[in-house]
Amino acid sequence: MTSPLEQRKIKITGPVVVTANRVGDGAVVYRRADGGWSTDLDDAAVATDTAGARVLIDAAAADDLRAVGPYVAPVKLAPGGHVRPGNLRELIRLGGPTIELPVTFGI
Amino acid sequence: MYVYDAFDRTLVTERVAEFRDQVVRRLSGELTEEEFKPLRLMNGVYLQLHAYMLRIAIPYGTLSSEQMRMLAHVARRYDRGYGHFTTRQNIQFHWIKLAELPDAMADLASVGMHGMQTSGNCVRNITTDQWAGVAPDEIEDPRVLAEVIRQHVTLHPEFTFMPRKFKIAVGASSHDRAALRVHDLALQLFRNDAGEIGFEVMVGGGLGRTPFLAKTIKPFLHKRDILSYVEAILRTYNQFGRRDNIYKARIKILVHELGVEAFAKEVEAEWQGIKDGALALDPAVVAEIAGRFRYPGYQRLDDSSPELAAARKSDRKFDAWVGNSVANHKVPGYAIVTLSLKPEGGTPGDATAVQMDAIADLADRYSFGEIRVGHEQNLVLPHVAQRDLPALWRELDAIGVATPNVNLVSDIISCPGLDYCSLANARSIPIAQEITRRFRNGDLARDLGQLHINISGCINACGHHHVGHIGILGVEKNGEEFYQITLGGKADENATLGTLIGPAVPYAQVADVVEDIAAAYLELRQRPDELFIDTVKRTGVEPFRERVYATR
Repeated sequence: MTSPLEQRKIKITGPVVVTANRVGDGAVVYRRADGGWSTDLDDAAVATDTAGARVLIDAAAADDLRAVGPYVAPVKLAPGGHVRPGNLRELIRLGGPTIELPVTFGI
Repeated sequence: MYVYDAFDRTLVTERVAEFRDQVVRRLSGELTEEEFKPLRLMNGVYLQLHAYMLRIAIPYGTLSSEQMRMLAHVARRYDRGYGHFTTRQNIQFHWIKLAELPDAMADLASVGMHGMQTSGNCVRNITTDQWAGVAPDEIEDPRVLAEVIRQHVTLHPEFTFMPRKFKIAVGASSHDRAALRVHDLALQLFRNDAGEIGFEVMVGGGLGRTPFLAKTIKPFLHKRDILSYVEAILRTYNQFGRRDNIYKARIKILVHELGVEAFAKEVEAEWQGIKDGALALDPAVVAEIAGRFRYPGYQRLDDSSPELAAARKSDRKFDAWVGNSVANHKVPGYAIVTLSLKPEGGTPGDATAVQMDAIADLADRYSFGEIRVGHEQNLVLPHVAQRDLPALWRELDAIGVATPNVNLVSDIISCPGLDYCSLANARSIPIAQEITRRFRNGDLARDLGQLHINISGCINACGHHHVGHIGILGVEKNGEEFYQITLGGKADENATLGTLIGPAVPYAQVADVVEDIAAAYLELRQRPDELFIDTVKRTGVEPFRERVYATR
């Protein structure tokens, strides 16, 4: 997955959300429409055009006290109003590593 | 074992207090992320996909049992019960909370550990051979002069904001176990024809998107001159290294673009002005530092332990482990034992808190309280009496670190990849895990013999894929994970960069490709003891390419 760290300008080809890491613990968070942050992707504000995404990312970037490194990430809209990650990177950020963690491995 | 002095302890303790204040100010909003980021990076604190990551230096790969227990404590108290040993003799914790970092650092500082020089554009944690001080073919312990350099560069204002990070490795054996030639600066101790001990100085090695092997700029440098010469190299790099383009900022690019002769000339000119000044090494200072490396009080033992011979004869599994994971020690009656952190289906380099505590206890009982970390992401007990090997093996086996696969196909070096890393394009760990499952048959692995697989999840090459006998590089194509395969790389004294064999293959086919390469080797080798790497060298990659792509 191309790292969003290399994201310079916003190019929208489908629905997107703004995501970042929470300052206190680094947890993955999503920008809500009310200006808050949530760890639940279903709570995220979804933008479908560049202008909407720009509004979200600009507001998120100004919220430096609560979240670090905001960027625009692709999502897929699922039935029932659910929002799903749009690529593998975002899937891993949401769900955690795709491997069994060592603490439960072996002994 | 290195014994810290009061200056070291004060430095580490003061750094914790400073960082605690910085974290408080960040959490209160007094510091922005832009202001805080360079401060956290100076303490080894990164932000990865899911959480903050703390990288802790293990200078020269040397750990006491007390330090290992503290790592277990940090894993348990502040993380998720495990840590990841890296290719640069560091350990990383991947789930640390920023608010708890100062407490974790204070706990680490109580045993002299820290994250300084594990990030940022400074001289990074200096690495050496994990068998330093115990290898039979060693000229002298390389850690002493590495520590001399470390003391000079830590917090040195001239070398804290260089064009880019700067990695130094020091070796002292004829066989290179420290991957010297992929470092920005590689220092090889050797004895010249006149019987003097000094350094071969090599610069400009490094992997990443533009891989180079280090080139020799000084065939023999007297030990007395090591500090002044290193300073001359760092100054030359500081002066001429590019700061306008991060991709061209490493010293390897400078050496390549300037030419090694011109670079050496610049260093020489700088060096002539400082070599006889304050940086000329005072033997008393070196002796004082050398005295802080404490060696065990070995017993007088013979190399032919009857207990060991009998145990090898009666237990095939134990015999296989000794043949694979135990090496000769410079002291008669002792052995160097490698603990494999590469179990079948496991994550290369990961150890749980339970394992760390157990290894610390075993180090106390069997290895004079000392543990080493190697760049291959395995651990070492460096001072084990040969007669103790049967008892030690049973206990290592019980905690899952006695897989007899050291240097074999499943002893895979791997970066964390896209499962953790924000720079990665593709996953590394599941690829490694699947390969270990495919080669779970120990007889097949032993038949294949020495075979190093290195996996990186992006072009930054933390898994050193360019110097793997089989190198695997994850890339992204249209949102899917693909993997480029290289063959013929080596990281030792005959270091070579691997050759790409063809188009990248999808995630699901990587383990199949490795099996095809292994099968091709078994058919192509001229005799059973022709190593994989020697077969590739003899035949080139073409027959392997044909085998891999014939049906793809």
